[in-house]
Order: sequence, then C-alpha cells, then structure tokens
Amino acid sequence: MNPLVPEAIADYIPNVIQLTYLLASVLFILGLKRLSSPATARSGNMLASLGMFIGVLVTLFDRNIVSFQFIVAGVAIGAVIGAILARKVKMTSMPELVSLFNGFGGAASALVASGEYFRLASEPFGEHELGAMVVSLFIGALTFTGSMIAFGKLKGILGGSPVVYPGYKIVNTALMILVLVFAVLFVLDAENRIFFLVISGLALLIGILMVLPIGGADMPVVISLLNSLTGLAASAAGFVLNNNLLIISGTLVGSAGLILTMIMCKAMNRPLTNVLFGAFGSEAAGPGGTAADAGKTVKEVTAEDLSVMTAYAQRVVIVPGYGLAVAQAQHVIREVADMLESKGVDVRYGIHPVAGRMPGHMNVLLAEANVPYPQLYDMDEINQEFKKTDVVLVIGANDVVNPDARNDPSSPIYGMPILNVDEAKSVVIFKRSMNPGFAGIENQLFFGENSYMFFGDAKESLGSLLQSLKEL
Amino acid sequence: METFIFNLFIFILAAFVGFEVISKVPPTLHTPLMSGANAISGITLVGALIVASHVVCTITCYIGFVAIIFATINVVGGFMVTDRMLEMFKKKGDEQ
Repeated sequence: MNPLVPEAIADYIPNVIQLTYLLASVLFILGLKRLSSPATARSGNMLASLGMFIGVLVTLFDRNIVSFQFIVAGVAIGAVIGAILARKVKMTSMPELVSLFNGFGGAASALVASGEYFRLASEPFGEHELGAMVVSLFIGALTFTGSMIAFGKLKGILGGSPVVYPGYKIVNTALMILVLVFAVLFVLDAENRIFFLVISGLALLIGILMVLPIGGADMPVVISLLNSLTGLAASAAGFVLNNNLLIISGTLVGSAGLILTMIMCKAMNRPLTNVLFGAFGSEAAGPGGTAADAGKTVKEVTAEDLSVMTAYAQRVVIVPGYGLAVAQAQHVIREVADMLESKGVDVRYGIHPVAGRMPGHMNVLLAEANVPYPQLYDMDEINQEFKKTDVVLVIGANDVVNPDARNDPSSPIYGMPILNVDEAKSVVIFKRSMNPGFAGIENQLFFGENSYMFFGDAKESLGSLLQSLKEL
Repeated sequence: METFIFNLFIFILAAFVGFEVISKVPPTLHTPLMSGANAISGITLVGALIVASHVVCTITCYIGFVAIIFATINVVGGFMVTDRMLEMFKKKGDEQ
C-alpha cells in the first residue's frame, strides 16, 4: 500500500492519476504551442513545467509506490545537478549541454525498461511489452553513448574530425542485424537474462560507433537526431508501462527532434543517410579552383570608408556566422547596429539555419547580446530583401553566403540553400585573411564586383568601425 | 493485445499533434525548443519513480534510483536553462 493514500479513497486514486496525466499532456501541448512566438514562449515553458510538476506529483500516489527514500534522494541529487548545469552553462556551450541532456534522457529510459524487466522477472510477460522493452532499451542505450561521443566532440575532448576505419559501414550494419537477432531471441525466451544483457551491450557499442565517424560540421544534425531518439525512447518506455503520459510526451519530443533534423539536413543540402554514413569532412578538400582565381583580386575597405557607407545607407543587413561568436563580437556588433539605427538606418540580421552549432543557436547568442528579436530574420524572409539592401556585413560566415552553391554544379556545396548577399548593392566581408573557410572551399563572393574585404579580427574590426561611426 | 493497439492509437495521434504544433515554432526559437523538449523527455521520471520503489529492495531499486537522478537532471536542468534563454528574447522597449 502507498503510505500517502488513506484506504477510504484508494479506489478512486487510479482514475485521478489518469485524469491528471491527461491534464499534464494538454499542458505540454499548450506549452509547445506557445513556443510559436518569442513573446509567448516563456509562458509556454512555464506551462510545460507545470504539466511536468503535476504529472510527477500525482505519480507519488500510485499504489505501486511504497517507499520514498530512493525517490527523495534521487530527485534531490538530480535537481541540484540539473540546476547547477542550467545556471553555469555559457550560451556558446549550449550544444554540449543539450547533448548531455539527450544522453541522460536516453539513459533514464533505458534504465526504466531494465528496471521493469528485473521487477517483473517473476511474472509472465506479454510479447508486446517485451518488444517495447527491447526498443526502449536499445534506443535509450544507443542515445546515451552516442550523445556522450557527440558531447566529447563538441567539447573538443575527442577532436572534431570524423574517426573512420576501413569497413566501418559493414561493421555497423552487422551489429544492427545482430541486435535484431537477439531481440527476437529475447522475445521468445524472456527468462534468459543473457539476451537482455547482450542487447544492452550492443546498443551501447552501436551508439559509439555511429557518432564517431560523423564530422564536427554535421553535429547540428546529430544533436537533433539524438534529441528525437530520447523522445522515442521515453515513448517506448510508455509502451512498457502502459503509461499514456509517457507515450504522448515522448512522441511530442520525438516529432520535435525529427522536424529539426529534417530542417538541418535541408539547410545543408544533404540527405540524412549521407550525414550518418558519409563522414563528410574526412575527404581531402577538393581542387578548390585556385587556378581559376589566380588572376582575381579583392578590394579592401577601411573602417572610415565603411562608416560612411553604412551611416548613409537606408538598410544594412548583418549576416553573422559562428565566427562572430568565436571572436566574442556579439556585443560590439549590437553597439554598431544601435549606432546605425540612431542615424536612421534600418538594421536587420539575416540568419542561416546552420549559422550556429545547433538549430537556432545564433539567435540565442544574439539575444544574449540584447539584440531585439524582431530584428532577427530567417533565411527565407531575408532573401527577398537583399535586392533592396544597401550594405551587407558578413561576419564570421563563409559557406552559407557562397554563390557557388547556386551557380557552380561542380562545387561540393552546390544546391545548398544560401543567403543571397551578392544581390545587395555592396557586400563587406569581415575576415581574418584570405584562407578558405571551414569546408576548405573557395568563395567567389570575395571577388565579386560589389564585394569588399575588411581584414582582421572580427571584434577589433567592428570596434574600429564603431569608433569611426562615433567620429562621423 | 488490446492495450497495445490502444497505445498505438495514442502514439500515432500524438505524432500528428507534435508535427502540427512544432512545425509552427520559428527558427529563432529552435534552441529553446530543443532544450525544452529535453526537459519534457524527462517525463520518463514518472516511470523511474515506479521502478525505484519496492518493498524488498533488489537490483530494481538501484536501477530506478539512477534513472531518477538522470531524469531529474533533465527535467530541472532542461526547464531552467530554457527559461534562462527565453528570458533573453526581448523587443526594443522591453529592456529594463
């Protein structure tokens, strides 16, 4: 008997719990709905956390719960660790934190499935529960190790480049088939714990082997996919426990991750299979077209010239890439933008979906620097505006503004959707030197008729631009 | 079998609701969406609570205990960090 529940009302408790789960599910959906605008998003997050709170609280009255010492201790430890992580993390490290959380979520679901297995070991199992158990265990364990590898790569512990050994695709496929075989054996003979343990081990191994060959540039896709998998693992755990709240919430998260994965793949113009098995970035950089560029020269611009160009412009669009965050230049660019606005210039930010290291990362970094969110424009919105733009400032971005993606079928990034900055009256590219970018691909934009280079560290260059604007 | 079919109904319908709702989230909020979704996937805490509590504490209890810790980190950390991010999204007049 649950010590929290008086005997007189014990009969009503299961229904109360189910109805509260329904309420919690509704709160999750309403919470996600409110994320459709930055103005309502914060209240949406509150609604979702309220849903979580009542869902957890009412579970404590479940008749299967008879002792609380592990619950109190576990929740206390988890809450302290979670709160510290959430408070300390830098916004630039958000991809690492999300990876870590993905891993913990996967581990929790795998553990719940294992716990159920050992708890019910004495009772006869239904085949469906067994099937769900395998799915939850497999996805959860794979997500755990996969996320830890992703975390290590993002953090720089493991090095960002893909780790590939000959025949790794065959090994991965063979392991997958092996899991299927053991899953069938397990469902047929659930009493045999060896099968269960073998599946766990294989899943942990597959997680590692799947993420190791994926390069640092593809991490946004991997994080999104692992995010989706944590949701699906929770959903499968719901099938094991016959718990609708778990099924619904897990599936909502699964859809969210899947949508983000598809958006990221589209933004990089690569099918998911190519990301997972292609080991992009390990191939030697292509010919790069140096011969064709030999005779071309770039025009340089000084801070004084640029201050005049921008101050008397009608519209300036800033195109930030992750290089901006690396140089810690978010605050300076906002000061430049404020200064221009005070002179009557219409300032906007055009943000490519893969500008940061995870979906929407650049927007968060700019919001942290107090850039008002109505100035942040998505690729599709801003692409219609470049024709009416006087000056584009490209800072720390390279491949996402490379016109070869549109014009040159032989380019490795051909077909990738880009920001059409070359349609503006003039483009100023902030760059350290003429070295090619991350993907090692030459950028024709630099040699364009209306292009100007501003060489130097992004933060210092913007600082001198700000100074010149003040003196104007 | 019947429970399984019923669960499958819930699963499929939830997937459709998820796709509808989440495709309306603008790219600006994709990072908070992800960390918020992370927090929601911590719902597996509900399952962990049931696993962790037993009269005779066997291996199940300890498995459940670790699951509770992991899931709670997700829930608490996920919602808090999402709130921290969303607080930063402001319009011009909103500052101070």
